[in-house]
Amino acid sequence: MHAAVTLHDVVVRYRHRAVLDHISGAFARGSLTAITGPNGAGKSTLLKAITGLVPVASGAVRCDVQRQRIAYLAQQSGIERDFPLSVLDCVTLGYWPAQRPWQRVSPEKIQRAMRALESIGLGNMMRQPVGVLSAGQFQRMLFARVQVQDAELILLDEPFNAIDARTTDDLLNVITTWCAEGRTVVAVMHDHDQIRSWFPTTVLLSEGSLIAWGSTTSVLTRENLFRAGQWFETRAARAA
Amino acid sequence: MRRALVATLALALGSAPLGVLLTLRRMSLVGDALAHAVLPGIAVAFVLFGLSMPALSLGGFAAGVVVVLAAFWASRKTALREDATFAAGYLMALALGVLLISAGGTQLDLLHILFGNILGVTRQGLVLIAVVATVTVLGLALFYRAFLLEAFDRSFFYAATPHGGLYPLLFMLMVVANLVASFQVLGTLMAVGLMMLPGISARLWHDMLPAQLLNSVVQAAVAGYLGLLLSYYFDLPSGPIIVLCAGGLYVLSLLVAPHGWIGRRFGPRAHVW
Repeated sequence: MHAAVTLHDVVVRYRHRAVLDHISGAFARGSLTAITGPNGAGKSTLLKAITGLVPVASGAVRCDVQRQRIAYLAQQSGIERDFPLSVLDCVTLGYWPAQRPWQRVSPEKIQRAMRALESIGLGNMMRQPVGVLSAGQFQRMLFARVQVQDAELILLDEPFNAIDARTTDDLLNVITTWCAEGRTVVAVMHDHDQIRSWFPTTVLLSEGSLIAWGSTTSVLTRENLFRAGQWFETRAARAA
Repeated sequence: MRRALVATLALALGSAPLGVLLTLRRMSLVGDALAHAVLPGIAVAFVLFGLSMPALSLGGFAAGVVVVLAAFWASRKTALREDATFAAGYLMALALGVLLISAGGTQLDLLHILFGNILGVTRQGLVLIAVVATVTVLGLALFYRAFLLEAFDRSFFYAATPHGGLYPLLFMLMVVANLVASFQVLGTLMAVGLMMLPGISARLWHDMLPAQLLNSVVQAAVAGYLGLLLSYYFDLPSGPIIVLCAGGLYVLSLLVAPHGWIGRRFGPRAHVW
């Protein structure tokens, strides 16, 4: 299958330390992939390298998706939770990449944003300021923004951190729908049970190195997870 | 007096919304840094051309642009953050400015530049303020969503926006232009007051940004009007008086606004539109 993103021997450095160390692989178009590994494995950095938010020291990231059709959802800690915007205004910001900067959002697009909010269970909150939303509701709102963006490539960084189980299940269903529509979804995940249940493909990283990349059943094996953990512990002990 | 009043109201229209956006970007002190950063350019122009308003404004704007570009470059190419690079730039600029003015001017001139002079608003100065206010309002109207998104979710903004770094640069240039335009009324040291104080206290009144922007303009206009009256009748420097009036409104907001002390202490969390 044609790849949406291809990584060729990608190296990303931070203060002379390789946080991604010669990573190669491809995300197939329409695929649903989880990126997992211990803390400091380089999972978030990999997403940032794909979006161009961090520079690649060597190698190449080839992205066959127009920039305005990439949706990137950072960890919630990187987003202003108490911003003076209404929930609806926030969702309409999803139109930003496809519009000219000075172009106003048309009434049809506002209607679409309202429908996206209703479909995700926030229909009664759309006029509220985003500051009143709980962590789960806030994440639902950001998913609605991705929905209106009509993105081809969706990159999610720990989307279910500090989110209740019901919201997580709802949002995992939304992700599955996106894939069924032919969109490529890549998500940084920690919960291996969730990955096994919902993600057909997995990338396992440890300390910036690629341990395994392929079908989830072939990647999340006891041997690979042990290698990832051992690798991490060895490097951590060496650093200490 | 009429000229000074029109100048102050125009400044309120352009500067105060920028102050709201600066606080949203957590850059409240960067406005202060830039107000000082324009000083060496004003000083060089003052030494070369005396109290010529176009020369002083052009010099101030040039110095501000140099500090903004240097700070942006350093924050993107080194390990330092923007607040640190702006602080470093303004400290050097301030020292250089004071040195130049001390070497080339009199105490009276220095006071006019540092604290403003209500009677010093020339026709040329008024035109400059009107142009800057117009450009600022137009710039905010055209790029409102960009400034908003960059403050709300930087990662999303930069991932989806080619040449996204141009927008914060444009925003900071508007800040510099407003500070330069306001220095003849308020003085370089006080220019930032009319920008930041109404912007900060507007956040205590409303939950939504459009209302905050409007509130900040009204507060800045009221402070400017009251300050000019007091400055005129009591023969006081206009800059500090206007800023103190804005400060009075801020203290009032701290106490009685829905998100101020009384609102939080005695009432339910209010959501004001």
